[in-house]
Amino acid sequence: MYKTHVADLSYDFKTLRNLMAKASPSRSGDYLAGVGASNNLERVAAQWALADVPLKQFLNEALVPYEQDEVTRLIIDEHDSVAFAFISHFTVGDFRNWLLSEHATTAALTAIAQGLTPEMVAAVSKIMRIQDLILVAKKCRVITQFRNTIGLEKRLSTRLQPNHPTDNPAGVAASLLDGLLYGCGDAVIGINPASDNLEATLRLLHMLHDVIERYQIPTQSCVLAHVTTTLKAIEQGAPVDLVFQSIAGTQKANESFGIHLNLLNEARLAALELGRGTLGNNCMYFETGQGSALSANAHEGLDQQTCEVRAYAVARKFKPLLVNTVVGFIGPEYLYNGKQIIRAGLEDHFCGKLLGLPMGCDVCYTNHAEADQDDMDMLLTQLAVAGNTFIMGIPGADDVMLNYQSTSFHDALYVRQVLGLRPAPEFEQWLQLHGIFNTENQLQQKSEVPALFKPSLQKLS
Amino acid sequence: MNEHNDQTVITNSWASLKQFTPARIALGRAGISLPTRASLDFQLAHALARDAVNIPIDFSGLEKSLSFMGFQSLTLKTRAENQQMYLQRPDLGRVLSDSALDCLQQTTPHSADAVIVIADGLSSKAIEHHALPFLSLLLPKLQEKSYHLAPVCLVKHGRVAIGDAIARHYLARLCIILIGERPGLSSPDSMGIYFTYQARSEISTDADRNCISNIHSNGLSYEQALKKLVFLVSEAEKLQFSGVNLKDETTDTSADDQRRLANFLLD
Repeated sequence: MYKTHVADLSYDFKTLRNLMAKASPSRSGDYLAGVGASNNLERVAAQWALADVPLKQFLNEALVPYEQDEVTRLIIDEHDSVAFAFISHFTVGDFRNWLLSEHATTAALTAIAQGLTPEMVAAVSKIMRIQDLILVAKKCRVITQFRNTIGLEKRLSTRLQPNHPTDNPAGVAASLLDGLLYGCGDAVIGINPASDNLEATLRLLHMLHDVIERYQIPTQSCVLAHVTTTLKAIEQGAPVDLVFQSIAGTQKANESFGIHLNLLNEARLAALELGRGTLGNNCMYFETGQGSALSANAHEGLDQQTCEVRAYAVARKFKPLLVNTVVGFIGPEYLYNGKQIIRAGLEDHFCGKLLGLPMGCDVCYTNHAEADQDDMDMLLTQLAVAGNTFIMGIPGADDVMLNYQSTSFHDALYVRQVLGLRPAPEFEQWLQLHGIFNTENQLQQKSEVPALFKPSLQKLS
Repeated sequence: MNEHNDQTVITNSWASLKQFTPARIALGRAGISLPTRASLDFQLAHALARDAVNIPIDFSGLEKSLSFMGFQSLTLKTRAENQQMYLQRPDLGRVLSDSALDCLQQTTPHSADAVIVIADGLSSKAIEHHALPFLSLLLPKLQEKSYHLAPVCLVKHGRVAIGDAIARHYLARLCIILIGERPGLSSPDSMGIYFTYQARSEISTDADRNCISNIHSNGLSYEQALKKLVFLVSEAEKLQFSGVNLKDETTDTSADDQRRLANFLLD
């Protein structure tokens, strides 16, 4: 079934799972798992064979057995065969050609999204170059709303991430204000708490709520605690805008995160009940990243990119406001260097968008990876060209709590300037109203504190 | 690199906020970009953090101090034989080497209440700076509870899950690991603590652990960390589990101070 003959050699890949893994562009995590191609020729042979696989085959051959994995059941049970009908005659190779063609308009891509499974999308991405991933992703449009509108054309949003090593509220507030004054925070103001502590989570939730109310900022807040902590916070009457959770692409990996689909559903319903969105009710915020399933030894023999895309099926079920692939956070054992991180970030963005998700990327690396700021600049710029929904905004790109480097407030301004991108419209109006941005959507020439924040700062001096 | 006379750099008037956070705030800008000084500051910190990953651990000082305090220790290795292998093969950092297994076998496996494991992780500096001061607070606390302690295990090239195998050997109910966290730009020596109740290799997962992170001079103090750990241990003893369903509900004694500080945006 998955046989091919290239350069006088015959290959038989036996299973679709094996074929997918061997066709994956090289990355350390697949070698760690022992599933990667043993050499370049084997990889290309697998890509040739994969290109000939009919898309229908992905509905017939589950990569993780239906009986043992609730993510597989979700993918199969909720597959939209009507949306799929239009592309059901394609092979993976045909599908790539169609995606690149003028027939694959924004409307056509939106129409097929629910007919695609993660495995189909992962498969086609494996035979696409970076420019293909960019070109097709740019045609996808995914718009979500809570208190503002995320994902419009020519817009790039930012998550303001004002983390502090001990969750000190003044420390959080300092980074938060710095970010706002640099025009950052329209996707969400989202804090990673230093510990998964209910009291700290409650304190941060109330603080973010009070700041957003006081200064009438058209954005939403999130404290990135475990979903069970957020549920407890909701029970205690805390003002929860977005429910956060890290998710993965297998049931076993999700179990290692202490979650399952019913729990996510329960949390979403609890947040909807609060009715805190003004424009829309996309109230979930998910984070993912290649390698997370393998790190929990729960990858079920899959390659890490296919595992990652399966996580997007989990995300899609709960209609999130934002999905964030934290691409370089996990470390060099999964993505070894800048080249692997860059490709992974663009794959994740493409796959998420094609499945209909509001996909953003934490363009990031750790200090034990072979990567640096130049690599991040390349990924940031390429993602923005691809129409990425949002990036992180962290003071000076240095997260002093999570100990990794992401994108800075300055980075967001850079990429908006070179590509003519703007923040979410409601947030943009707020920035202009308070004189943080001028009418050209640029920071004011003089760095003056807007009247809105002057009283708070004057108390300090 | 002096930028005081540089008219093209736009400085930020809110630099006073730096008193509240080690984050790189109020950096100013050249156009919309980082000014030269801030850009080079970053490169310097990155160079230091990159180098910190590769400094090998030296447990000899810790061994001596523990022995001086009257505690037994064992120095063990994992199957990750060198730093390169350690970084790329986390699976090997979760398994003890054959010689370490032999060494462990030679100590009597008796049912200890608790075992403390210390691993270099990704920052040997974190362990060199913070392990001993923290142990000097923790060990007496555990003795107060009349816990029977296994020898303190010092593991080179260890990952968090290495504690599971050691806990199983000693049939220990409580497994506490101190480990060097990934070095950040502003904190190349941050230590983390992972606590697992009934840790067992091949069975325990990350969902069974509780983590106390960011123990360093700009982060959590030893006293704060100890308070959290003691709470988690007592709760786990009552509930007979640890992990995501065991919530850290300690209150911060300095919370009132913190609230007052926080109000600069909210008064």
